[in-house]
Amino acid sequence: MAYKGNRINPRRFEKGQIKIILAVLPLVLFMGLPIVFIFNHAFKPMDELFAFPPKFFVTRPTFDNFTKLFKAARTAGIPMSRYVFNSIVVTVTVVFSSIVLSTAAGFALSKLKFKGKNTLMNINQAALMFVPVAVMIPRYLTVNVLGLTNTYFAHILPLIPLPVALFLVKQFIDQVPDSLIDAAYIDGATEFKVYTRIVIPLIKPAIATAAILVFQQVWVNMETSNYYISDEGLKTLTFYMNTLANANNNVAGQGMAAAASLIMFVPNLVLFIILQSSIMNTMAHSGIK
Amino acid sequence: MKRKNKISKREHSNHSAYAFLFPYALLFFIFILVPVVMAIGLSFTNFNAIQKPKFIGFLNYINLLTSDDIFMQYVLPNTVAYALIVGPGGYILSFLLAWALAQLTKIPRTVFALILYSPSMTSGVAMTVLWKVMFSGDQTGYINSWLMSLGVITDPIIWLVNTKYLLPIVIIIGLWSSMGVGFLAILAGILNIDETLYEAAAIDGVKNRFQEMIYITIPSMKPQMLFAAVMSIVNAFQNGVISFQLAGNPTPGYAAQLIVNHIEDYGFIRYEMGYAAAVSVVLLGIVYIFSYISKKLFQED
Repeated sequence: MAYKGNRINPRRFEKGQIKIILAVLPLVLFMGLPIVFIFNHAFKPMDELFAFPPKFFVTRPTFDNFTKLFKAARTAGIPMSRYVFNSIVVTVTVVFSSIVLSTAAGFALSKLKFKGKNTLMNINQAALMFVPVAVMIPRYLTVNVLGLTNTYFAHILPLIPLPVALFLVKQFIDQVPDSLIDAAYIDGATEFKVYTRIVIPLIKPAIATAAILVFQQVWVNMETSNYYISDEGLKTLTFYMNTLANANNNVAGQGMAAAASLIMFVPNLVLFIILQSSIMNTMAHSGIK
Repeated sequence: MKRKNKISKREHSNHSAYAFLFPYALLFFIFILVPVVMAIGLSFTNFNAIQKPKFIGFLNYINLLTSDDIFMQYVLPNTVAYALIVGPGGYILSFLLAWALAQLTKIPRTVFALILYSPSMTSGVAMTVLWKVMFSGDQTGYINSWLMSLGVITDPIIWLVNTKYLLPIVIIIGLWSSMGVGFLAILAGILNIDETLYEAAAIDGVKNRFQEMIYITIPSMKPQMLFAAVMSIVNAFQNGVISFQLAGNPTPGYAAQLIVNHIEDYGFIRYEMGYAAAVSVVLLGIVYIFSYISKKLFQED
C-alpha cells in the first residue's frame, strides 16, 4: 500500500496514535513525576516526610507544613505578608510595564517607518542571546550608580526589558494586515489611536505570551533581592522562600520548604494552563527569518 | 489630496515611532546594552569593587587561558559536557517530542505538552527541595531507597557530595527542565505546516515518516527551528542555578562547577570583578558563536 502522508494535528483518535502515546509516555512520566512529587510532599505530615522506606505519595494529607511556614515568618520579625506584598507589587508592575513598553516598541518596529529600524531589530534579535547572569556584575554596578539600591525600582526596572517578549510581540504584530492600519489612517486616526484601538485588541495572544514569559522571569527572580536589596523588608517572597528552604534543611524545615516550593510553583502552572492556547498561537509566529 | 500626503509621509520617516520606542529602548540600553559594554570594558581591568578599576590590558584573558587551573581542569570541561548534552540533546529531544505530540489529537497533546513544559517553570526553591530530597545521601533518600530495594546498591550513596555523580545529576536535571519556550515554538511550528505539503510529498514518492521529517517538516519550519536553537543554546550556557542549589558554590571538588558558577565565584565571593568580567565576555562570545552557527544552518536564503 502506498504511503499516504503523515497526519499532523489529527481530528479523531486512530489506532496508530496508541504507538505514539506509548513511545512518549515514559518520558512524559519522567518529566511529570517530580511535579507530582512536589504536590505530594507539601501535604505530608511529619511522620510521612521522614518515613522509612520513603513514601512518594501522601497518604494522610495535612496543611501542617503551610501553617508552620506562616508561623515561622511571624517569628522572624518581618511578617510573611510583607514579602507577599513586595512580590505582588513587583510582579504586577513589571508584567504590566513590560507589556506596555514591548507592545509599543513592537508596534513601532513592525508597522512604522523610521530611520535605523533594521539596526534596532537586529540588536534586539542579537539580544535574544543575552544571558543576564553573565553580566550581573556590571548590572549591579549600574543599579548602584543610578542610586536604585534598596528601592522597589531595583526590583522593577532591570527586569522590564525582555528581548524574547519584544521579539514575539513584534512577530505577532507583523501578522496584523497593513490594509487595516492604512484604513484607520485614512479615517484620520493618529498612530496612538492605531496602537490602542487596532493593534492591541488584535494581538491579545501575544500579550498573554509576553505576560507569562515576563511573569516567569520576575516571580522567581532572586538576582534583584540578592544583590540590589539589603533591606530585609524590601525583599521578595522568592528570596524568603529560598532562604527558608536552604537554612532549614533540618527535620522541621523540610516540610516548610516543600510547602514553600509549591506556593512558588502553582501561580506559574495556573497562568500557563489558562493562557496555553494563546501561547501556542503566538509561538506559531516565533520564527527567526 | 492632503490625506494622501499624510500617508506618504508615514511611508518614509515617522517621528512618532521614536516616541513608541523610547521607553523600551531606554531600559534596554541601561540594563542590557550598558552592562554588556561595561563587562567588556571591565574585562581589561583589575577591579575589586572598592578601588577604581586599573587598566591591565589582556592580562585577565591571558590568566584565564594559561594559569586558571580550576577553569581549565574543571569549569571548561564541565561546561562543555553540560552544554553539549543539554543543548543539542535537549534540542533534539524537544523536536522529537514535539513531532510525536503533533500527531496526537488536541486534548492528549495539550496535556502532554503541559507536563513536558512544566519542569521549565520550576526554578530555585522548587528545584532545591525536590532534588535535594530525591538525592538525599542517607537511606531515606528516594533514589537511594529505590536503588537499594532493587538491589543495585547495598549502601546509600552520598550523591550530592560525591564528585563522580554530581555532574551527571546536574545534567539530568538540566535535561529535565529543558523543554521550554523552544519546545513550544517547535510544536506550534509543526502544527502550522500546510497539510497539503504532506499529501504532495506522498505523491512525489516520500515513503515514510522519517523521510517526511527530513524533507518536509524541518525545511518548512526553519524559522521556528532557529528560534528554538537560539533558546536552547542560551539555556545550555546560562544555567548555573542547578549546581549552586544542589551543592553550593564552589561545588565539592569543583565537580559540577559551570562557567556561570565560576563568574559568581570570582565576582561575588572573591570580588575579582575584572577577572569575572573577562569570563563573562568569554561566555557571551561562546553563546554568540553557537547562535551564529545555528543561523547559518537554518536561516533562509
